[in-house]
Amino acid sequence: MTGMDAILQGGLQGYLVVALLLFSIGLAAVLLRRTLLMQFMGVELMLNAANVALLAFARFRGGDAQAMVFYLFIIAVAACEAAVGLALVIGLYRHRDTTDSDRAASLKQ
Amino acid sequence: MNKYYWLIPILPLLGSAFNGLLGKRAGKSAVTIVGLGVVLGALLLALSAFFAMKGMPDHRLILNYGEWMGTGSLSVPFGLAVDPLSGTMMLVITGIGFLIHLYSVGYMHEDEGYARFFCYLNLFVFFMLTLVMGSSLVLMFVGWEGVGLCSYLLIGYFFETDFAPDAGLKAFLTNRVGDLGVVIGMMVLFAAFGTLTVSDILTQAGHLAPEVGFGVLTFATLMLFVGATGKSAQLPLYLWLPDAMAGPTPVSALIHAATMVTSGIYMICRLAPVFTLTPITMDVVAWVGAATALFAATIGLVQRDIKKVLAYSTVSQLGYMFLGLGASGFAAGFFHVFTHAWFKALLFLGAGSVIHAMHHEQDLFKMGGLKSKMPITFWTMLIATLAIIGFPGTSGFASKDEILYLAYLKSPALWAIGVIAACCTAFYMLRLFTLTFFGKARDHHAYDHAHESPNTMTLPLVVLAVGTVLAVFLGWPKAFGGDFHIEGWLAPATTFGQLHAAHGEHGSHQLAWILASVSTILGLSSAAFGYFSYKDGLAVSEARAAKFPFLHHLLLNKYFVDEGVELYLLRPIRWFGNVLWKLFDVILIDGVGVNLPGALARVFGDFTALFQTGRVRNYALSMALGAAVLLYVFLK
Repeated sequence: MTGMDAILQGGLQGYLVVALLLFSIGLAAVLLRRTLLMQFMGVELMLNAANVALLAFARFRGGDAQAMVFYLFIIAVAACEAAVGLALVIGLYRHRDTTDSDRAASLKQ
Repeated sequence: MNKYYWLIPILPLLGSAFNGLLGKRAGKSAVTIVGLGVVLGALLLALSAFFAMKGMPDHRLILNYGEWMGTGSLSVPFGLAVDPLSGTMMLVITGIGFLIHLYSVGYMHEDEGYARFFCYLNLFVFFMLTLVMGSSLVLMFVGWEGVGLCSYLLIGYFFETDFAPDAGLKAFLTNRVGDLGVVIGMMVLFAAFGTLTVSDILTQAGHLAPEVGFGVLTFATLMLFVGATGKSAQLPLYLWLPDAMAGPTPVSALIHAATMVTSGIYMICRLAPVFTLTPITMDVVAWVGAATALFAATIGLVQRDIKKVLAYSTVSQLGYMFLGLGASGFAAGFFHVFTHAWFKALLFLGAGSVIHAMHHEQDLFKMGGLKSKMPITFWTMLIATLAIIGFPGTSGFASKDEILYLAYLKSPALWAIGVIAACCTAFYMLRLFTLTFFGKARDHHAYDHAHESPNTMTLPLVVLAVGTVLAVFLGWPKAFGGDFHIEGWLAPATTFGQLHAAHGEHGSHQLAWILASVSTILGLSSAAFGYFSYKDGLAVSEARAAKFPFLHHLLLNKYFVDEGVELYLLRPIRWFGNVLWKLFDVILIDGVGVNLPGALARVFGDFTALFQTGRVRNYALSMALGAAVLLYVFLK
């Protein structure tokens, strides 16, 4: 039994539970925190939860290499998106002196 | 040459485009050269076309430039027709038109809108030529509407004044009423003949299928006559013409005396073979014409504005023309169009010359004694005045006498009305003439400044005076040893090769002599009466007006027709319009149609806006819940 076999021993459910937990934590951060930076980190968590689930499925289908390539792309795109998101947060801070997302609601008024 | 004749109407159009688009930048001299040049070019081409037409065996020159519109059985060609009738009109329009263009150079030289003026005037010549030359009723109607537009533009030329734009609008709207008649008449003619090409209609007019019936034709011709009353200012649609004097004087001469207002008569002459088939219409035409002639002449007796007098005189003379047409004297009516074009254009231009000299004073009561100051204007206007009052030997005598003679053959009552109107004409013309040129100056300030007009203005006066004198040779009546040349000359157009005796029995020459003597003696005594009433100023006439205060008041206020129209026609229409506005526009369309859906949308929008908090977290929550619901739905 190799190391990898031991890891797989637990079955798919374990991985999915981890992914679900990660996703829930991220969602909670987005919904409950008002600081944009924290909400942003929540979004990243949710994204990675999805990645975990993706790779777990791939592994249990017999080590599909496509999923890994897909994952690498997602990471790369997520990095770009993170740069844009952070820039937006900084922009908001410069104009409004705040990073509180509830106070960036001027379109409503 | 034939292939250049399409340029006759197109040249003035090009001139109009140039003056309108580039005239202001090109400068006054360029506008003058182009504006006059194109009309002169059209005149020369028209002369050439005229003689080419004379050379044709049937005196008809039809130029076709392909089909304009064809749908179903309707086929309207783009065609120009030159025959004796349209040929004569072409020469009148371009010839007198050119003289009036020339006159305008002097008359309008100080005006800001010089280029605009010539743009409109050229455009008018284009449309008038289209009206006259169009080989189909549709093309004629294009010109008909176009001259109406130009008339509107030129009446409202002084648009910064209060009354000119209103007068223009009045002319335009009154003509709309008549134009509806023309459209209906055209449709009925199409239904009856299956074509709108004039020559085809006339060819078929004689042997019309019996099932079409003459009732249909009567209706069609009556409708066309309604259009003619609008354009040619007959009762009851004459109201616009006196107001049209708000335009510059050359416009009054060209459009509202010599050419456009005669287009109703022209149309009837054009369709003479059809009108001859409908005796009822002919009666209506004759009686309306006679009534208008008398009605307008009586108003002219007391007007103070020199142009207003001439305007009512024009309405009255147009009435004579219709009287002639109604008495089956198409040649006589058209001959009066021709002679009237000369002497009335001359009268208007003479009046314009006086007005110009008097610094735009138009009140007859403030003129006087201008004879020595303005000799050329005096002598030329004298010729025109003699012509219009029917002094024996003048062109006006020849044409008016022929009309009155034919009217007598139709009904002595018509003749009597015509003679009374002629007496009124003689009186007010001498009144106008005496007040202007004889006696003492009543406004010394203006009198001291008065001077003879520049050459560009006096030259057209002289040429028109020569034309007024010479016009008589075209139609000296048979009763007086002439041959009434114009009748045979127009025959190819007015009878169109059909053998119906226009007015079968020609009464004896003796009768003609008696009638002419009576009307001439009465006319000349009225003229003398007019002269002696006013030669020593206004005292005599004021005393007379005081003796008949009611009559004077009635005439001075033009029988209160304008007031009556305002009270009984316009006010109810306005009231009705107001009701429609408040009910349909404000309540139904604005309220129920537009504002109600708007209000509903707003209420609904306000409601949904409650869910738009502007907070990212709320949106994220609803997204998450939505995703959860979707997952539940698809995975359960």
